[in-house]
Amino acid sequence: MAHIPTTSDRAPAPARLLAAGRRRAPRIRWGGLVDHLVLIAGALFMLAPSLMLLQMSTIPDEQIMRTGPSFQIGDRFLPNLDKALNESMSFSGETTGRNMFRNSMILGFGFAIGKIVIAMMAAYAIVYFRLRFAMLAFWLIFTTLLLPLEVRIVPSYEITQQLGLLNTWTGLIVPLIASATATFFFRQYFLSVPEELVEAARIDGAGPIRFFLDILVPLSRTMVAAMFIIMFVYGWNQYLWPTMISTEEGRFTLVQGIKQITQGLEGGHIPEFGRSNILAILAVLPPVLVVVFFQRWFVKGLTDTDK
Amino acid sequence: MKRAGFANPWLPVLLLLPQLTIICLFFYWPAWQAVRSSFFLEDPFGFGETFVGLQNYTRLLDSTQYMKNAWFTLWFSAVVTALSLGIALLLAVKADSVLRGARTYRTLLMWVYAVAPPVAGFIALIVFNQRWGPLTEFFAQFGWEIRIRLEYFDTAFAMIVASVWKQVPVNFIFFLSGLQSIPPAVREAAMIDNRSAVSRFWTVTFPLLAPTGFFLLIINITYSLFDTFGMIDTILRNNPGDQPVTLVYQVYLDGFRGQDIGGSSAQSVVLMVLVLALTVFQFRLVERRIHYT
Repeated sequence: MAHIPTTSDRAPAPARLLAAGRRRAPRIRWGGLVDHLVLIAGALFMLAPSLMLLQMSTIPDEQIMRTGPSFQIGDRFLPNLDKALNESMSFSGETTGRNMFRNSMILGFGFAIGKIVIAMMAAYAIVYFRLRFAMLAFWLIFTTLLLPLEVRIVPSYEITQQLGLLNTWTGLIVPLIASATATFFFRQYFLSVPEELVEAARIDGAGPIRFFLDILVPLSRTMVAAMFIIMFVYGWNQYLWPTMISTEEGRFTLVQGIKQITQGLEGGHIPEFGRSNILAILAVLPPVLVVVFFQRWFVKGLTDTDK
Repeated sequence: MKRAGFANPWLPVLLLLPQLTIICLFFYWPAWQAVRSSFFLEDPFGFGETFVGLQNYTRLLDSTQYMKNAWFTLWFSAVVTALSLGIALLLAVKADSVLRGARTYRTLLMWVYAVAPPVAGFIALIVFNQRWGPLTEFFAQFGWEIRIRLEYFDTAFAMIVASVWKQVPVNFIFFLSGLQSIPPAVREAAMIDNRSAVSRFWTVTFPLLAPTGFFLLIINITYSLFDTFGMIDTILRNNPGDQPVTLVYQVYLDGFRGQDIGGSSAQSVVLMVLVLALTVFQFRLVERRIHYT
């Protein structure tokens, strides 16, 4: 029969495979090496600038002025750190690293906690209540996505000024904490919580506040953690609004202070790169640590909110 | 809404109140103010205002400075978006394919997400320092003498490098999570059908990543428009001169430095329309995305 494959037809197949395997083995290794080289190049591209900042903070400022960053590690790190933390950049004596770090913390925590609290409250109201204008409220909140701070900065500033909130923590934090993304995120999560839960709670006689605090909030722990990480980083890194609202130096945050730091480098005397670089590192360290250590939650929160 | 919702009439209102108050006070009211004052010319000393119709808008169109910055914003966004998407996709594909050290690479490639834009600007000022900046020295070897804050193109170049550096991690995170959500069965089937990794990437992986890519496209454009503010402000230090600035930065300059409320408001309205267009575009893509997956 013609269709039965003969041995001669079949025989080469394993041989071919073997030959291909032999030929391909080194190629796979090369491919793997290229992968690693690309990734290492990428990692260096990301890492090099911060290593440079660190290196520059260990050598004397006079040397930087002459030769810039190098590969030499000096002994000035601790004196520079001390200067960055305790010595003020300006005459007021209030723009010390320590002070700005505290202000950044207040902003980061206030921003994250504020956003989460009011977003959860709003999402709870929209999802769990028979509310006639629930849809309207949802759309009102959602449409704020169309109005980033930058496009309404001048009138927002004026309102805050009229309310007498310039240079207050309230004025700095409250206008920023309305959040369409966080509300939407919690709404989606609440919708996925089984219906039976609220039914059971009601049968057991739990009212809406009791259900929210004792059942729903504890249930949302992971969501809250993910959201907190994202929002802490986001709040810590705020720049435009603090620059407008906090003009008293005692309220400067680290990120906001970067501009003053840069301006300080322009003076006629020796630019203090050692101290400035440490302040810059201080400005990125807490959010970076949060992102690195809580990576899994962070990635989950980020990819879930934005989608 | 849940079927078994609570029927309490005042509690939901109370729960919504903080969010809605802030939104009305600091979002809708200012936005309305911006729209309104874009049709008025305000006296610089604060004594009243006159209705001028569309004059603030036509003034924008006639301003060479504004058109120049609009043009800059356009190509700046395009270049930043293209570069950061491309680099991030390459890195994500590689990070997805290596077996050893995948976690370490992931951490090393994503931490810059947390760096504030002004710090990116600060770093740009150092690496492009005119006397000894490492990148200045590098490009000097090719005969290109970089002078940021003096030469228009050089400043733009530094801004692009800083923005790409800052934006690659976000795209990387999304691309990697997109790659990891491709079912193993699909990968294995592709493996069997197609031996070439390159052709496998373009025919299987890339189309599957396209929805993530479209979504990131919008994110990146929005980033280049708005989130670069702090970086630009740090590089230019209130002194833009004739250096490149984005349209968002110009709103700030005209509104706060120039005290031209009408003109600045008209620019805000232009940007609102732009964001609206981007959002509508994004939603249409999201709708199509559901078809894909």
